[in-house]
Amino acid sequence: MSGAAKEMHAQSMSELAAGLDRGDFTSVELTKSLLKRIAALDEKLNAFITVTGDAALEAAARADKARAAGDVGTLNGLPIVHKDIFCTRGVKTSCGSKMLDNFISPYDATVVERLADAGAVVLGKSNMDEFAMGSSNETSYFGPVRNPWDLARSPGGSSGGSAAAVAARLAPAATGTDTGGSIRQPAALTGTVGIKPTYGRVSRYGMIAFASSLDQAGVITRTAEDAARLLGVMAGFDERDSTSIDRPVPDYLGALSESIKGLRVGIVRQHFDAGLEEACGGRVKDAIAVLESLGATTVEVDLPNLDLSVPTYYVVAPAECSSNLSRFDGVRFGHRAENAEDLLDLYCRSRGEGFGDEVKRRIMTGTYVLSAGYYDAYYLKAQQVRQLIADDFEQAFADVDVIAGPTTPAPAFRLGDKVDDPITMYLNDIYTIGANLAGLPAMSIPCGFVDELPVGLHLVGAHFAEATLLRTSHQYQKATDWHTACPGDFR
Amino acid sequence: MSLSKDQVHHIAMLARLKLNKDEYADSVEKLSRIVDFVDQLSRADTVGVVPMAHPLDTAQRLRPDVVFETDERDRFQENAAAVSGGLYLVPKVIE
Repeated sequence: MSGAAKEMHAQSMSELAAGLDRGDFTSVELTKSLLKRIAALDEKLNAFITVTGDAALEAAARADKARAAGDVGTLNGLPIVHKDIFCTRGVKTSCGSKMLDNFISPYDATVVERLADAGAVVLGKSNMDEFAMGSSNETSYFGPVRNPWDLARSPGGSSGGSAAAVAARLAPAATGTDTGGSIRQPAALTGTVGIKPTYGRVSRYGMIAFASSLDQAGVITRTAEDAARLLGVMAGFDERDSTSIDRPVPDYLGALSESIKGLRVGIVRQHFDAGLEEACGGRVKDAIAVLESLGATTVEVDLPNLDLSVPTYYVVAPAECSSNLSRFDGVRFGHRAENAEDLLDLYCRSRGEGFGDEVKRRIMTGTYVLSAGYYDAYYLKAQQVRQLIADDFEQAFADVDVIAGPTTPAPAFRLGDKVDDPITMYLNDIYTIGANLAGLPAMSIPCGFVDELPVGLHLVGAHFAEATLLRTSHQYQKATDWHTACPGDFR
Repeated sequence: MSLSKDQVHHIAMLARLKLNKDEYADSVEKLSRIVDFVDQLSRADTVGVVPMAHPLDTAQRLRPDVVFETDERDRFQENAAAVSGGLYLVPKVIE
């Protein structure tokens, strides 16, 4: 399909890049048209916490000027949205919380800096579950995001605003973060592409911490090609993140065109157990058949400790969260309670007022599992089981190149359906959490519909196998057109 | 395992969280269910398993002990609710 034939908002980032190169439109024109769309349509979705229109137009004008001077960055003039967890200098960075509703970041996250240096134009900051704790976007202080495919349903979370904005064609791409599935689950529920790279591949500097041994930044796009383009810019060593990995970044875009002939695809028997809605399983099996038709072979693999991944996560993540969120004390930044009686009262009331229910629940769960007398039974035990889960994956990757399965047990659920039941909500991440526990790269790509709601195919790779995941997804998208489907109200 | 009201009070205090009455009732119920749920871990056989220290099996990187950040205290303090003379103000802690 020729890029010129489509309206700007309908084009992928790669199509927009070609349009800018050809001079079909300028970055200022593109940015204006998307800002207009956001102004007209976002009230239906609530995908944005902040729209940075003036700054976006200034950046677009700079990009056009640079282009005219022949200086073209990789992402020159291309629009993007940042999840409101990334610190953005001079802009409110709320993390979806009342606690940070008044926080103007004094610095840029490395991800923000790298994308800006490549010429990207930031349209705004997207809505999210509070401190990235949630799978439905309903824990946000700024209200839930709605799924563009059905406004009564959740877009998933925690990167729900990013996913909804990309699905509704308000932006071609958005950043996200993924601690247990927070990029991949919303990508699946909104029919978009989401990739969580290997732990340490993308810098966490300036990304507000939830669970530091699990958190990883990635992107949500409509095509694997766009994900490859952005990841190539975002990935790489950063001195300011002590867990950043010093290892060269491969040419992700260059690797896309290779065929997947001979690719060994692992199928996990447990993924297709009773927990998976049958129709979703059908779409996922169809997608695996497409990979086979492209020359991949399937191998059955076993992940015997998979069912323990969610309980493991709900010890490790809250433990790290209780430690990370201890920094919010009402003193240096963030919400501060008024008329405190003493210092302890200031801490307790600032935190009690500033955090929402789910965040408090996770801080208390973490405090409990780390408290005297319980540490061995919970935290230590969970880190042992985590090692068993990582060993299972390592063994599986001796025989296969990628593991394919469902991203979620079912398509998008209705807003309000699970919000009062933390355990049911937590189980939404059953297929995605393992990759975080083991630090593996993983992605979700659209692979069909059930009752007009998108279904995601989940691909997990060995450490640093992002190029394999992106290539597999790109080859799948060349053979299918699920990723081009657009929700009816947002064409 | 069910958590008692006293336990939840103790946890909230350790976590420096002031909860209202409704939040306490809700927390007793929901935290008990979460603890029940994670108790499944006890059935895993982990004898001799070394707890994971890092998902990539790598050592912590060190950097040279040199100053590389500049002093931007004034800019950082713009986000604080109460400062004076470059110091953060809190309720009186010494009588």
